[in-house]
Amino acid sequence: MNFPILSSLILLPTIGALFIFFVRSSNSQYQSSKYVALFITLANFFLSLYLWIVFDKSIVDFQFVEEREWISGFVNYKVGVDGISILFILLTTFITPICVITVNATIKNRLKDFLIAILILETFMIGVFCSLDLVVFYLFFEAGLIPMFLIIGIWGGERRVYSAFKFFLYTLLGSVLMLVAIISIYWITGTTDVIKLYELGIDAKYQNLLWLAFFSSFAVKTPMWPVHTWLPDAHVEAPTAGSVLLAAILLKMAGYGFIRFSLGLFPDASLYFVPLVYTLSLIAIIYTSLVALMQEDMKKLIAYSSVAHMGFVTLGIFTMTQQGIEGSIFQMISHGLVSAALFLCVGVVYDRLHTRLINRYGGLVSIMPKYAIVFMVFTLGALGLPGTSGFIGEFLVLMGAFKKNILVATIASLGVILGAAYMLWLYKRIIFGKLINEDVKKMVDLKRFEIVTLWLLVLPIIFFGFYPEPLINSIEVSVANMIDMNDFDKINKLALGD
Amino acid sequence: MENLQLIIPELFISIMIMFLLIFGVFKKNSSQLVYNLTTVSLVAALALIINLDAQIESSLFNNSYNIDSLARFMKILLILSGIFVMLSSSKYIQISKISKIEYPILILCSILGMMVMISSNDLIVFYMGLELQSLALYVLASFNRDNLLSTESGLKYFVLSALSSGLLLYGCSLIYGFSETTNFNQIMVNTKEIEYGLTFGIVFILVGLAFKISAVPFHMWAPDVYQGSPTSVTVFFALLPKIAALTVFIRFLYIPFYELGDQWQMIIIFLSIASMVFGAVAAIGQKNLKRLIAYSSISHMGYALAGLSTGTTQGVQSSITYITIYLVMNLAFFSCLFMLKRNDEYYENIDDLSGLSKNHPLLSLSLLVVLFSLAGIPPLAGFFAKFYIFVAVINEKMYFLAIVGLLATVIAAFYYLRIIKIIYFDPEKEKFESKHNLGLKFTLVASTFFILAYFIYPSGIVDIISQININ
Repeated sequence: MNFPILSSLILLPTIGALFIFFVRSSNSQYQSSKYVALFITLANFFLSLYLWIVFDKSIVDFQFVEEREWISGFVNYKVGVDGISILFILLTTFITPICVITVNATIKNRLKDFLIAILILETFMIGVFCSLDLVVFYLFFEAGLIPMFLIIGIWGGERRVYSAFKFFLYTLLGSVLMLVAIISIYWITGTTDVIKLYELGIDAKYQNLLWLAFFSSFAVKTPMWPVHTWLPDAHVEAPTAGSVLLAAILLKMAGYGFIRFSLGLFPDASLYFVPLVYTLSLIAIIYTSLVALMQEDMKKLIAYSSVAHMGFVTLGIFTMTQQGIEGSIFQMISHGLVSAALFLCVGVVYDRLHTRLINRYGGLVSIMPKYAIVFMVFTLGALGLPGTSGFIGEFLVLMGAFKKNILVATIASLGVILGAAYMLWLYKRIIFGKLINEDVKKMVDLKRFEIVTLWLLVLPIIFFGFYPEPLINSIEVSVANMIDMNDFDKINKLALGD
Repeated sequence: MENLQLIIPELFISIMIMFLLIFGVFKKNSSQLVYNLTTVSLVAALALIINLDAQIESSLFNNSYNIDSLARFMKILLILSGIFVMLSSSKYIQISKISKIEYPILILCSILGMMVMISSNDLIVFYMGLELQSLALYVLASFNRDNLLSTESGLKYFVLSALSSGLLLYGCSLIYGFSETTNFNQIMVNTKEIEYGLTFGIVFILVGLAFKISAVPFHMWAPDVYQGSPTSVTVFFALLPKIAALTVFIRFLYIPFYELGDQWQMIIIFLSIASMVFGAVAAIGQKNLKRLIAYSSISHMGYALAGLSTGTTQGVQSSITYITIYLVMNLAFFSCLFMLKRNDEYYENIDDLSGLSKNHPLLSLSLLVVLFSLAGIPPLAGFFAKFYIFVAVINEKMYFLAIVGLLATVIAAFYYLRIIKIIYFDPEKEKFESKHNLGLKFTLVASTFFILAYFIYPSGIVDIISQININ
């Protein structure tokens, strides 16, 4: 048995949280608990970076698999990574330290509790991405609700209670059916081990209902239209770090779940429900983009843009082509970086002016030039300009979609235009224009820690925009294997009449 | 008579009851001493039960008294809960001025009654145990006799419980009439054919038992009694009678009525669904924590019944697991309730918890853990309890029951979240006292730790329970 690297990744943040919890609190030691959290999350990041380097990208199988008995004779604790999940783990461990850095400015009370919540949340997020057992997955997937509920509820804005409840109950309602499905899978096949299930396959007559049960959970979490309404509320009320984690990682759990479970376990049902997913994705892309155009609150606008971007993700996944799925994964990673960055940017100006209303700003370019630069990079990343990571994702998704259905692809392309419209308009209204508000003139440009965090996000967005190879490389084999395993290519050809 | 050693725990408790009664009468101001002696004798009884050879499975007194793995496990559970209840509520009893020698003795009496119920394999023995526990509970409910609510709850409990006992007795007589025997095993042999009278008998017995575990629609007494009784009695009500009644449920359904599964299965499913949904919905509007926990326990009993309704050994085991975890969660919840004390006064409204997290971070954290666990959110123990139930239910292809049950957890999550919201999100109020006695602290820490750490080794309890032999 080698060193259990994945379990260490999962457990390390919790150990950090326990450490912070048991260290006596006094005001002077708030700083020290922050450094502990930063140290732990950075250690976790380097550990996962190491994992990525050691990870053999040419092998199809799951690697670093750990298995041990958990609920006797029923469920085993089993974790492992393939090329897809390792990227999400990296994203998680990369975003979390950035959140920890930002807490200084945004969290005024109970800093210690906040750090504990974030660390516990990191444990659950990493757990979701590397669990190879359905029950273990469900456990991590659901457990993440607790810290997020508290983050929104304790440190949120005015309507935080409403948002926290909505977030919790929506997601819980979505997931309960998944639990029924997981237990049913156990009784149908005799195991909840994902690898074994890939080999065994599930009888086609059960697939449709099971797929729907999983879909109900993932659709809420993604979120897809029409169950997306919790997201704008949660984003608006959550503190900056909470919004960042929510947008960058929690939403990706669902996209990851679609690839790993919906496609992997229920290939027939996935094909059957393609029209449904296409329709919902297109509505999400077009409708929420239009809604985003109308927003007066910055965070709400970005939240709606997230829904639209996740629409591309679901669209890409269910094209079931190599390009589509790769594009979706790339889009998720890119959106994780860009939306995190955008929420941080909103946080920067919110800390100074304490309003998120777009029309209270204007003309920031002359007062905060450094801010204007980074914000521009992220805006362009969000609208998918070539040279940013956002472009690669959207491009691949659209390529996959064109292969399957030209009408769908055309409508989705319209979404790209709308995306450019609302993002550029947002940028114009905040950064350019006349300086009307007197308070705005008193705003100071980026502080040092803000520069560090934001540039840390600028670098990968531009790097992967020009050189997507490392990411594509890592997912290529796994995606190809998934398509191969489920004969999606053959079915695709049949559908096209080749 | 060599079998007598198998009922030594029961004999020991009976002797202790008589001894303590005499001791308390002759020694002045000995209420605290009697209370402590009661706790000690419960610990001794626990040791005696554990000391019994676990391998022995036998029936005493003409097969009317069962000593088997089910009885053994349930008795250990019962007495353990009893010990923790005694430990956590000792301070409360002194401050509420109900510290009289009768109080611990009545608790012992009712525990003895429950032990008889748990082991009974005969209608008459069962009824005797039931009445012994009930009579003690009537008095306990109204123990704070100067308090209007307490007296009312005692009377209410007495009238309704007597009615249900009457129904139960009538059911017993019908069963006896149609099967010509009072012994459970004999009833199973003699009732191969379904007759209307027999079905009536089953229904009457199930109604009586449903009343005892407060399943909807026989739950009406629970909220009033929970709220009105002294909190130390409420925690007793919430824990111990449920163990006994559930065991009797298992015995009735799986020994005498086992062959008549299609006669009772629908009834249990109905009781289960009604309890889960009603308990969840009715708790939303509550302002009093004790009343709320009454509705919550109604809902929890619904889940335990869902396990029983499957008619399989796995279902029964999941119910036993459920009740075990339920006991720990309720114990932790009531321990928190005992800590809400300021100037010798206990607070039990939800609003009193407002902003608790700022003044009492540890207490709030325990409440947070307990409430999320009651709501069934992973990775806490409450999730596993529900998980086992649904595994058993879905195995029998009872999807409707499973989905209704899971939806009820979402509704229930709302009111648990509301309490968490009040604790964590609302502005703070005056501080509570932070000094508590050791027993209470120990109870809270132990139970919270159990809930938190359950996921690390979930097989432990399941392995023990899976050895329980039902038939």
